Amino acid sequence: MDTIDDITGAPPPAAAPPAESAPPAVTRVGDRVFLGLSRGSGITLLVIMAAIAVFLTVRAVTAISGDHGNFLTTFQWNADATPPVFGIGVLLYGTAVSSVIAMVLAVPVAIGIALFISHYAPRRIAAPLAYLVDLLAAVPSIVYGLWGALFLVPHLQGLNLWMDHYLGWTVVLKQTYQGTASRSLFSVGILLAIMVLPVITNVSREVFRQVPRAHEEAALALGATRWEVVRMAVLPFARSGIISASMLGLGRALGETMAVATVLSNSSTITSHIVDPGGGTFAQNIAVYFGEATPFGRDALIASGLVLFVITLIVNGAARLIIARRKEYTA
Amino acid sequence: MKLQRKSGLRALAVGAAAVSGALVLTACGSDNNSTTAAPSGGSSSTAAASGITCGPKANLLASGSTAQQNAVNVWVKNYMQACSGSEINYKGTGSGAGVTDFLNGTTAFAGSDSALKPAEITQSKKVCAGGQGIDLPMAPGPIAIGYNVPGVSNLVLDADTLAKIFNGRITHWNDPAIAKLNPSAKLPSTPIQTFHRSDASGTTDNFTKYLIGAAGTDWPYSGGKAWQAKGGQSATGSAGVAAQVKQTAGSIGYFELSYATSQSISTAQLNTGAAQPVTVSSDSASKDVAAAQVVGTGGDLALKLDYATKADGAWPITLVTYEIVCDKGNKAATLPATKAFLNYIAGTQGQGALTALGYAPLPDAIATKVRAAISSLS
Amino acid sequence: MSQSVTSQSAAKPSQFGRRRLPRWTPAVIALVAVLVGTGVGVGAGLSSHIQWGLIALLLFVVVNYAVTAAVEGPRQAKDRVVTSLVWACFIIAVVPLYSLVESTIAKGVKVLDGNFLTHSMDGVITTGPGGGVYHALVGTVEQVALASLMAVPIGLLTAVYLVEYGRGRLAKAVTFFVDVMTGVPSIVAGLFVLSFWILILGFGYSGFAGSLALAILMIPVVVRSTEEMLKLVPNELREASLALGVPKWRTIIKVVLPTSIGGITTGVMLAVARITGETAPVLLLVFGNQLINFNPFSGAQSSLPYYVYEQYAAGNPASYDRAWAAALVLIAFVMILNLVARGIARWKAPTSSGR
Repeated sequence: MDTIDDITGAPPPAAAPPAESAPPAVTRVGDRVFLGLSRGSGITLLVIMAAIAVFLTVRAVTAISGDHGNFLTTFQWNADATPPVFGIGVLLYGTAVSSVIAMVLAVPVAIGIALFISHYAPRRIAAPLAYLVDLLAAVPSIVYGLWGALFLVPHLQGLNLWMDHYLGWTVVLKQTYQGTASRSLFSVGILLAIMVLPVITNVSREVFRQVPRAHEEAALALGATRWEVVRMAVLPFARSGIISASMLGLGRALGETMAVATVLSNSSTITSHIVDPGGGTFAQNIAVYFGEATPFGRDALIASGLVLFVITLIVNGAARLIIARRKEYTA
Repeated sequence: MKLQRKSGLRALAVGAAAVSGALVLTACGSDNNSTTAAPSGGSSSTAAASGITCGPKANLLASGSTAQQNAVNVWVKNYMQACSGSEINYKGTGSGAGVTDFLNGTTAFAGSDSALKPAEITQSKKVCAGGQGIDLPMAPGPIAIGYNVPGVSNLVLDADTLAKIFNGRITHWNDPAIAKLNPSAKLPSTPIQTFHRSDASGTTDNFTKYLIGAAGTDWPYSGGKAWQAKGGQSATGSAGVAAQVKQTAGSIGYFELSYATSQSISTAQLNTGAAQPVTVSSDSASKDVAAAQVVGTGGDLALKLDYATKADGAWPITLVTYEIVCDKGNKAATLPATKAFLNYIAGTQGQGALTALGYAPLPDAIATKVRAAISSLS
Repeated sequence: MSQSVTSQSAAKPSQFGRRRLPRWTPAVIALVAVLVGTGVGVGAGLSSHIQWGLIALLLFVVVNYAVTAAVEGPRQAKDRVVTSLVWACFIIAVVPLYSLVESTIAKGVKVLDGNFLTHSMDGVITTGPGGGVYHALVGTVEQVALASLMAVPIGLLTAVYLVEYGRGRLAKAVTFFVDVMTGVPSIVAGLFVLSFWILILGFGYSGFAGSLALAILMIPVVVRSTEEMLKLVPNELREASLALGVPKWRTIIKVVLPTSIGGITTGVMLAVARITGETAPVLLLVFGNQLINFNPFSGAQSSLPYYVYEQYAAGNPASYDRAWAAALVLIAFVMILNLVARGIARWKAPTSSGR
């Protein structure tokens, strides 16, 4: 390996013949070290993932075995009391509801934006616009939280009143006390929707771009309008991609902490009125209760973190499997 | 190919320059805020310096109760102005975390809104070689009942009504129970929006202790740092609750008096059974603390407050923040500085700063005991 | 590409003699809709501007559909409606971005000055004005630098392994878990470091603990982007180098990495930008500090996102001002990193164009 110092310079012709035989090249010390290093990094990564699972589980087991409530169904979070009573009932509900609201709002809009950038926007401005959406992803979540709490919440009050007035019959959008500050799961859902928008947009945009041009052109040749092209050629092709993009967004929404912690008024009760203050999410619960937690209380929070970890693992894993399967299918 | 590589390396260089540029930009800064922060405190450095006997230079880490955060901020500021080179870092993590940090030996002292539990005292013997953790009452503070009801200025409540309001049994401001206590007020028919702490806190703990002690069956919960009642809205920190009460018409919440004064939020008076309804203030809280019993043994000065007190002018919802230190076996590196700082804050200068901040200075009898305990720390 | 095709198609119907609306019709309808929406909003005294927008949007869609259906037929009308919906989607995305940036700048500049950038919070009363962000800035820069020092080599090497060596089960597992790791919530990473580093190994709170968690969040992002970039390096380059007898590891270091370094730098900087804004893990691990602490390995530190949250939680006008100003500093910091990264990507576009 010291025979060749500079690969940009012409190599001595004598060195060429032996190098052409592949086997000796692999056994070189440098190669082995480098392979070891890079494989080691890959393994480190697996070890980290395993360690996260193991250490969280160890702590969680202590907490759950000391729980005097039912960890899955208890509503209150009183892990520092004696005896400790806590459960993830409210958190499961709140996390699910806020994420579902975020998904319902974000997915159609994100698909719209992705279509806009890939098929509708004038070509010259498409790239800057895509960049603009990327900027949304770059804004730190604490800034979203600050903005959500000090700007969005006061501005949503009018919308809440309006919905209460005209859509209150749906029960879901009924406010128990009209005019309460909108520090509700609904507001959290809106904020989360804004935050996951760029995630979903980016992945769907890539998928739309991969749609075979022949399909689109065939549709156009048959006299289809642009919408018909999208409906018949683009969307069917991209369906699984959109699903996995949405699940990636869902993964982000499930684990979002600061934006929820600043906006939501949490409680230990569940209400079907999503515009009422109340509820809680896993990540928000951890951030809020961490400060005053005793050692046992911290273990309890870690236990809830483990549940969140498992949920996001499943969601993200599923999303990636869908993408992988699609890759094989299209390849 | 060669061209690509060159521009590639240049790209790397630009990236590195951008990152390190941030480092270079931040290369000059200072901790010295004396020129900018002077006007707010009111206590100039010369006045503060007179009450402080500096310990040797040291770096003190402490954490705990957020209830005493404002007081500690001022104390630390004054102490560090007087004693250059000393660094005191108090973080309002909450009492539980503060005690945990102290028991792990990572901090010199902890601030806590509740006295050490027996199990925690046993645990503290590991950190305090040859001694144990003791509670020193330091910053008592009245918990105010803040409300925001347009058109109502002198609201009077009693324990039962308060419990029913926060438990969701009284839902409108013109409820007969409230009207009976406020015969002259024009109470609106708007719904009552209650605000409580979303995080676990000593404020909630002390407030609910009062409800349990004084309201009896109207408050059917066991108490604790986490809010247990159903309904109502929540906000993080006393500051958060105060901010919400300030913004929301028809609201009521509980927080330390200082938050009410600084945000000019109206506070309710309490009908405790005394001759006159009691107004929340530093004085009325001090009166309540003066009547408290010392229940700690040895150097421990844990207090037991009487929540159902009917004494004239005594505000019954009072929170006492303790500084928790080792009676023996404090770390040699931080002991002198800890003693010097605690001496200052328990002294007349330190306690004298409290009233302006909405806390209640320790009554003399207790303050003397605290100073004696501090001087015997080792 | 498809754009040119569609614009050609747009001309087609007119060739068949169908009636077409002039090009400016949607613009006029939009203008009318906005005016009517504002008018209704003012007239009915609706307080929320969001409602004005919704009314205008609804009007636009309905009128546009009706007009087009009358003139061009239902299929074209449907197409118009979808087009306007797609545009609306985009505007909906821009509105919060604009509002967020606008309010951060408007409220942030109030206390943002040289003094704010170069002073800590030492001795500043939370309810009073004054103080600055310097200690947090130092903390953020150090924590992010440490996290990058840990995450970038691991991330780079893992990506190299996946692209250059990776066959078989291990590589598949790594690929899958890199993807899954991207989705690990930041607070879970924080909890892991808390339970492992602080509770079990017994180290104290420090900037380094925070950077451990940040590194965990950063690794998968670096792996992902580096992998993409390495895949773009033409195989001919590798083969040419190998054919000249260069060992594989030198081929990677001297040929593959330099060729893709622009893209890799971009990816790394985007990853840096992302972890700079992470709050949740930092909240659990760095303890927070009012003073400047240059040593990330011992003692409490602050960080920009932590500072924003701390000042928000303090909940009084003076601290809100500081929170906004710090948020502005944070956004500026992240955006500058982002812009530089994009700049590098664009500049390198001809050789590594993939997106």
